[in-house]
Parts: sequence; C-alpha cells; structure tokens
Amino acid sequence: MFKKTLLAIALGGTIAATAQAGEVEVLHWWTSGGEAKSIAVLKEMVNDAGHSWKDFAVAGGGGENAYTVLRSRAVSGNAPASAQIKGLEIQEWGDLGFLADLTPVASSNNWDGILPAVVSDVMKHDGKYVAAPVNVHRVNWMWANKKVLDDNGIKPPKNMKELWAASEKLKAKGITPIAHGGQPWQDATTFESIVLSVGGADFFNDVFVEHDQKALESKTMKESFDEFKKVKSYIDKGAPGRDWNVATSMVIKGEAAFQFMGDWAKGEFSAAGKKPGTDYYCLAFPGTDGTFTFNIDSLAMFEQRNDDNKAAQMKMAELILSPKFQDVFNMNKGSIPVRLDQDMSGFDSCAQASMETFKATSAAGKGLVPSMAHGMSTTSAIQGAIYDVATEFFNSDMSSDEAVMKLSRAVRAAQ
Amino acid sequence: MTTHNAQASVLNENKLDGNRMSTSKRSKGIDYWLPKLVLSPTVAITIVFIYGFILWTTILSFTKSRILPQYEFVGFEQYVKLFLNDRWMGALANLAIFGILFIGICMVVGLVFAILLDQNIRAEGALRTIYLYPMALSFIVTGTVWKWIMNPTVGIEKFMHDIGFSGFSFDWIVDPDMAIYTVVIAGIWQSSGFVMAIFLAGLRGIDTSIIKAAQLDGASLFAVYTRVIIPSMRPVFFSAFIMLAHIAIKSFDLIMALTGGGPGNATDVPAIFMYQFSFTRGQLGIGASSAVIMLMGVTAILIPYLYSELRGEKQ
Amino acid sequence: MSQTKVNDARYKAITGRAILYAVLVIVALYYLAPLFLMIVTSFRSMEEIRVGQLIEWPKTFTFDAWAAAWNQVQIGAREDLGLKPYFMNSIRMVIPSVLLSTAFGALNGYVLSFWKFRGSELFFAFLLAGCFLPFQAILLPHSIVLGKMGISGSTLGLVFTHVVYGVAFTTLFFRNYYVNLPGELIKAAKLDGAGFWMIFYRIILPLSTPILVVSIIWQFTQIWNDFLFGVVFSDPNSQPVTVGLNNMVNSTTGEKRYNVDMAGAIIAALPTVLVYVVAGKYFVRGLTAGSVKG
Repeated sequence: MFKKTLLAIALGGTIAATAQAGEVEVLHWWTSGGEAKSIAVLKEMVNDAGHSWKDFAVAGGGGENAYTVLRSRAVSGNAPASAQIKGLEIQEWGDLGFLADLTPVASSNNWDGILPAVVSDVMKHDGKYVAAPVNVHRVNWMWANKKVLDDNGIKPPKNMKELWAASEKLKAKGITPIAHGGQPWQDATTFESIVLSVGGADFFNDVFVEHDQKALESKTMKESFDEFKKVKSYIDKGAPGRDWNVATSMVIKGEAAFQFMGDWAKGEFSAAGKKPGTDYYCLAFPGTDGTFTFNIDSLAMFEQRNDDNKAAQMKMAELILSPKFQDVFNMNKGSIPVRLDQDMSGFDSCAQASMETFKATSAAGKGLVPSMAHGMSTTSAIQGAIYDVATEFFNSDMSSDEAVMKLSRAVRAAQ
Repeated sequence: MTTHNAQASVLNENKLDGNRMSTSKRSKGIDYWLPKLVLSPTVAITIVFIYGFILWTTILSFTKSRILPQYEFVGFEQYVKLFLNDRWMGALANLAIFGILFIGICMVVGLVFAILLDQNIRAEGALRTIYLYPMALSFIVTGTVWKWIMNPTVGIEKFMHDIGFSGFSFDWIVDPDMAIYTVVIAGIWQSSGFVMAIFLAGLRGIDTSIIKAAQLDGASLFAVYTRVIIPSMRPVFFSAFIMLAHIAIKSFDLIMALTGGGPGNATDVPAIFMYQFSFTRGQLGIGASSAVIMLMGVTAILIPYLYSELRGEKQ
Repeated sequence: MSQTKVNDARYKAITGRAILYAVLVIVALYYLAPLFLMIVTSFRSMEEIRVGQLIEWPKTFTFDAWAAAWNQVQIGAREDLGLKPYFMNSIRMVIPSVLLSTAFGALNGYVLSFWKFRGSELFFAFLLAGCFLPFQAILLPHSIVLGKMGISGSTLGLVFTHVVYGVAFTTLFFRNYYVNLPGELIKAAKLDGAGFWMIFYRIILPLSTPILVVSIIWQFTQIWNDFLFGVVFSDPNSQPVTVGLNNMVNSTTGEKRYNVDMAGAIIAALPTVLVYVVAGKYFVRGLTAGSVKG
C-alpha cells in the first residue's frame, strides 16, 4: 500500500513537473563540424524556451540511414517529433497523413508574408504548413582558388568553353583542374549544373521537373552528356568515393583549381579562415549566371500524441524561422536565410550575391529552378533513376547517345 | 573409418543412434511435453520472424508500395521493373563474382594456413590470434581502413611512390572494372582467419592413428593430406561454406564502407540495391521483389547442397 | 647411409622449416598491417598528418585523439560528448542479448539432440535455412512488431531483436555439439529416472563449456559489431557504438580528423579484439571439441 502511494506520488510529481515542458525528438544527419554546431544553436534556443531536445543523429550517405530509421519509426507508430526531410519527400509523407499541421504557428508569425512562394510551396501539403524551412542553398556554384588562377594567368571562366580552356592550361602544368568526389550525388550535382548551363532554365525544368520525353531525348541532352564526360579528363585519379569536403580542401590548399558544389562548400572555406574575393572565388557555374538552382533544407513535423510535446514542437517550428537562428545557422552553413526580410549585412559577399540572385529570379519568375540532385524537383524514385544513369555514364565508357536513351527509359520506368 | 569421419565443426550433422528418442516416447508425462514447451518459443520466433516476414515481403512485392507498405496489388509489375533495371543485373553479376572468389579463396587460404599451423609451430597461439583477430572487427572498421590503404592518392600507391618506386601502381579501388576485387581482398582479410580456425579445429579432431598408419604404409606427407585427411574433413568444408555463404549473401556494411557501391555502380550488390530501393528511393515494391528474388536464389543454390550434405552423412 | 646424405636431409628439413616460418610470419604481417596503421595514426597529431603523409611514423606520440574520440568529440547536438555514451549503450545491450541467445541455443540444441520428436528434424532444417535471410528485408515488418510490443526504439527492443535473429546460429552450435556427445550417458540417466532438467543441469551443462565459449564469442562479436539493427531499431538513448562511430567518421563537414577516426575505430573494436586475444585459444579448442566423438 505504502509502495503504491509512493509510486503515485512519484508519477504525479513527474507529470506535474513536465506539464509545461515538452520534448522534441529531432532526427537529423548534421553530425559533425559546422553543421553540428549550427543545429546545436537550435537546441539551445529550444532549451531556453523551457523545452527539452532529444538529439537523434544518424549519419551516412546523405540521410540514407536516417530515412530508414524514419520509416521504421513511422510504421512502429512512434515517429519522432521532427525529421530532416525535404522537397517532394515532404509531400509523400503528407499524403500518408503523418505530418502535423503548423497553421497556428505559421499564421501568427506571418510565414506567408516572410517566405518567398517557392519556399512556402515546398513546406505546404494540401495548403497547410507541415515543415519549417531552415535555409536556402544555391547549388550551381563553382569554387575557385584565386592564387592558382592568378599564378597561371586564368580569369574566372564565364562559360563552358572558357572552363575547358582554363582546365587544359592547368592540366598541362600538372595541376588538377577540377576537385571532384566520385559519389553518385556529387556526379549528379555536377551533371545538373551542366544541364542548366547547356540548356538553360526552361530546358532544366522540362527535363528534371516535367520529365518531358522530347526534352529528355533531345540534342541538348546529348550535348549535356558530352560536356559532362569532359569533366572526367580534368579530375584526379583519387576522385572515386571521395567526400565532398575532402574535395573542397583540395581547392583550399591549392591542390586543385575548381570545385562544382553547392554553397555549403563555403562553410569549409570559412572554417579554414579564407576570405571570398581575396583567397577564393565564389562563382556561378560557368554559363549559369543569373539562374539559381535551389535546395531547401527543412525539418518536417510529425503528428505527436502528447500535448506537451506538441507544444514544444510548435515552439521549435517558430524558433526555426526566427531571425536569430536564421542568421547563425546560415552563416555557419554557407546558405542564405529563407526570410526575404532578413538583414543580410552580417553575411559575406557570396551570400549577399546569392540572396540578390535569389530575389531577382524569384521576382522575375524565371531562372529559379529546383535542384534535381538534392530532391527538390522530383520524387526520390525518379531522382534515383537519374543518379544511376549519370553515375554509370560518368564512370564507364558509355556513349552520350546511349546515355540519352537510358536516361529517358529510366525516368519513364520510375514514374 | 567410422571413428573419425565426423569432424569438427559447429555445423556438423551426425549419424544418430536412433535409441535416443525412444525413451521420450515411453513416458507420456512431463518429459513428453516439456521438450516441446522448451522449443516452442523458438518455433514461434521462426514462424513469425523468419517465415512470416518472408511471406509479408512476398505479398509486398506484388503491391505498388512506395515509401511505406500499402496493399494495392499490381501483379508482377515490380518484378518486370526489377529485371529491366540495369543496376539490378549488375548487382547480381557482382554478387556472383564476389561470392565465388570470396568463398573459394577463403577456403583455400584457410585450409592451407590451417595445415601449415598444424606442423607443430612454435608460436602457434600468437600466430593464430593474429590470423583470427580481423574477424573481431566490424565491417565498418575494415572498410574504412582498407579504403585508405587502397586509395591511390593517399594509400599504398602513394607510399610506394614516396619511397621511390614511382612505377608502382595499385588503383583497383578507383577502377570500375577492378573495384569488385578490392572488396574481395578486404573480405578475405576479414574472414579467412576464421575459416582457418574452423579447419584447424577439424584437423585437430582427426584420429592421429590413421595418419600414422598411412605414414607407415609409406605415404608421403602430401599424400596423407590429399588422400586421407582432406577427404575426411568434408563436414568441415560444409561448416565453412555455410558461414562464408552467409557472410557473402549479406555483404552490405563492408561494401558501403569501402566503396559505397562505386565507382559508379561497379560494386553494387543485391543487399545494397534492396536497401536503397526500399528505404531511400521510395520504391518499396521493387525492394521487396528484389528480396524475394534473392531468397529464391539462395534457396536454389543452398537447399540442394544442404540436402545432399545432410543426406550424405546419414548414410 | 653416408654422412653427407644425413647432413643433406637435415639441411633440407631445416630449410623447409625456415621457409614455413617465413611464410607464416609474412602472412601475419599482412594481417597486422591495417591494425598497425590504425594504431600509429591514432597517436599522431592532426598538424603532423596535415603536413605529412597519411602513412607515416609519428614524430611525437599523443593521446589527444583517443581522449577526443572517447569523450570530447561533439556528435550531432548531444549533451554527452564522444563515443562513451554509445559504448555504454552497447554494453547494456550486448550482455543480455548474448546470455539470452546462448541460453536459448543451449536448450534448443539439447531438445533437438536428445529429446527429438516428430517434426523436430524438419524444424531444424527450417531454422538453418532462416540463417540466410537478408536482414534488409525484415526491417519494416520487424519495426511493426516492435511497435505493437511497445519496445521500438529502446535497448529492450534491440535485445529482443538480437535474441530473435541470433537464436538460429546458437541452436546450430549447440545442436551439432550435442549430437556428438555419447548418447549412452543420457540413456543411462533416463533409465535411472532423471528428468529433462536434471539431465540438462547435471550431465549436459557441465560438458558444454567448450561450445558455450564458442557461442558466447560468436554472439558477442556479431552483436557488438552489428550496425543495421543498431541504427534502425534504436533511439538516441540506445544507439550502440557502431552507430556512434559511423556518426563520428561519416562526417561531411569540417576537416577529416584521421587520427580521431582511427582512435574511435579502435575504441569501438577493443572489446571484441580483447575477447579474441584472451579467449581465442578456447575458441579453437571449443570448435575442436565439437569433433570429439564418443
């Protein structure tokens, strides 16, 4: 009897103590370096708001393992409060009815007013907010070591032709022109930038968003593959399997001249104490100036049963869009804030340029395209099919004609 | 020959002397149902967690499931898609190459070194531990270390160049045609010591009087091994084969850590294909159909072998 | 026999032995090289690796990388730093899993060897075939079952999973060991009126030491090194050390800290390597004992 009373008191005690404070379990793969520091900021803010943060980090393969964990948890009826999923994946989870409605937070904080339409479209399912955007990455960047270019009398290449000329020159001098990491997603990142450069934004849209068979089988597509194959003669032998940050460090150290990578690469330059304009260039991928391939990271919110945890989850969604978090996170990560009203004065010139292009393309209604390589433009099934063809093409002696045929077939099969 | 033919080995199936079960039938009391009761949790586990899940996966392979299971049936559509997928065919071919080489070489290496270690070697304990320890490492560790060693720009090739052998070349891991063999190398490094231990145990289990008899008859050491010892170790080969096949079919961690399936898709295997399509590509139906095909393949190859081995020993 | 001939034979025997030892030692070096590389790298400082080569002898030995990997590295946004919390989770998970799966295996093996009944042989064959099930295929249905049992994302759930998928192998071990024990022992005991449990405790268990060692070592290695179950069926409070190591090593931002990665890899592998070094002798002995026929 006494024991029972004790137990009741103990239970009552815990319930009373946690009546206000909820817990958010956040599944993500920002496990190390600048990314981990960035997400730790959000954790601090959640803690300061009186809630607790359960950190669920699972690294590996651009979220491959985290996705498996999320599916496992979802079918076991025990989904985490929040998970790092993005793009069309959000819609798929929304269709299955797993996501929480963030409308109250969104309307009281005027998300519709502060977010550009391209961003809010991705965050909404059936017209309701279900995810909170963390940042906007621009994917079509080219990073260059200034000293290497200067020493060899090379001006930043503005189009593909200049890029190959510069690469040829560097190669002749025994310098690796392009730092590349031979992993499927990196191959795809390079490939999509080339498609954008060769075919332009509308063509990019036809291929990677609409999956228009005519465009997929077009001459422009073959040309894109031709250009893509050229990259191969300017990378070093150790590229296959290399992580992107290792490739970035080659550019930082001057072992290589260029890298084609999204703006997260800037985080590496900053961490190494390098300054844009003086140590390195952040350039639009040759021939894609004035266009913007976007990649939005987001935390999707899953339906929770416990009311306290729900409250904590809503609070976190609110905090993600707070100017303070947007500032700190994006400065660390190299991306730009999602809020159009954000004060950009604290950011470096690359981020400012990126924001300008983003706003301009967004206002003009053209030149702003969703990244295929980063899951913004199409379903994971079709994205995977494109990955397979691109990486197979890049790592074999497959002809461009065959690649065009295989690509259109693979996309059709995955639809 | 009857005294020495059941060697070693964990998996050794043996002749039964039929009387063992007769007593249980005699008393229909507690001893009649107790053994069944004791075994029942495992029976339940096997039915639900192995065969139940196989059934579930089979059902799923006939549905249009995408990111999560759903039960809208589409017939053989997923199987058609599977076999039209170039990557799947490549993965099957890679598994065949890897499986044959990995199992074959591990067996040979394991047997040879078991025989060598069996020659009254002085530091046998230490050597045996050295050969065996890779088995204690996780495939993630093995993959990470070998990835470095075999990478031409940081590993052994660079090391050799730095110390003056500029002609040295070892770049299989970045060569799509050769990369699968690097997986074989790392796999053998990890598992051959364990096979050696199984064979060593098998050799130790052989009745020495037969060997002595053969030697008295004038047989050379080589002949003793090839004519007498190795043939009598058939059950040991069986055990080793089961263990290695089990590792080969499930090979996943090692390849993910070593090559990530690349360059391109050059080292893709069915386990990786299944994992990616099921969990990151949102094509659970295709993932399930690949699992079913894999299971059918395993059944087709292993069951006849299991059957003949188990049968063979009973006679 | 002339003197020279004897000398010749002795000479041959000695060179034969020398070649044998040389081969064994060279192969041992091949097996040791990766471990050696790991250890050496873990004692180097990052400054040294940055300016030098990856494969190089340390100029100054430092334990910094080890300390960092153990309890200083920030993994994700966790409060508790380093591999230590993950390591502890692994210990909490591995001990009950190994003991339970071994206990089940011993009992199953005992029944399947000495208390056969109609269908028990067939069941054994089905169990054996189950060993080849690719685990990627059962992740989702198993998650559903764990969810229904209320133990998804917990150490308990992981223990349950490892017992369920480990019991096929342990049953195999014990069954094949027991069928080689002299049947007369058990027959006599039964005639004396000893029951099921009595025979197990008094006769079988005392004879089981070698195979217990084999089973425990095997299960310990498998479960400690498991990544797939560990990553899929855990939550932040139960993620095992393989998941922690993967989180640490699979970094895609910041400098690759080879020394810390290697120290972490060794820490994660330490318990299993120790088990092999200490108990390796009993492992081979246990395997051998399986062959001793009465």
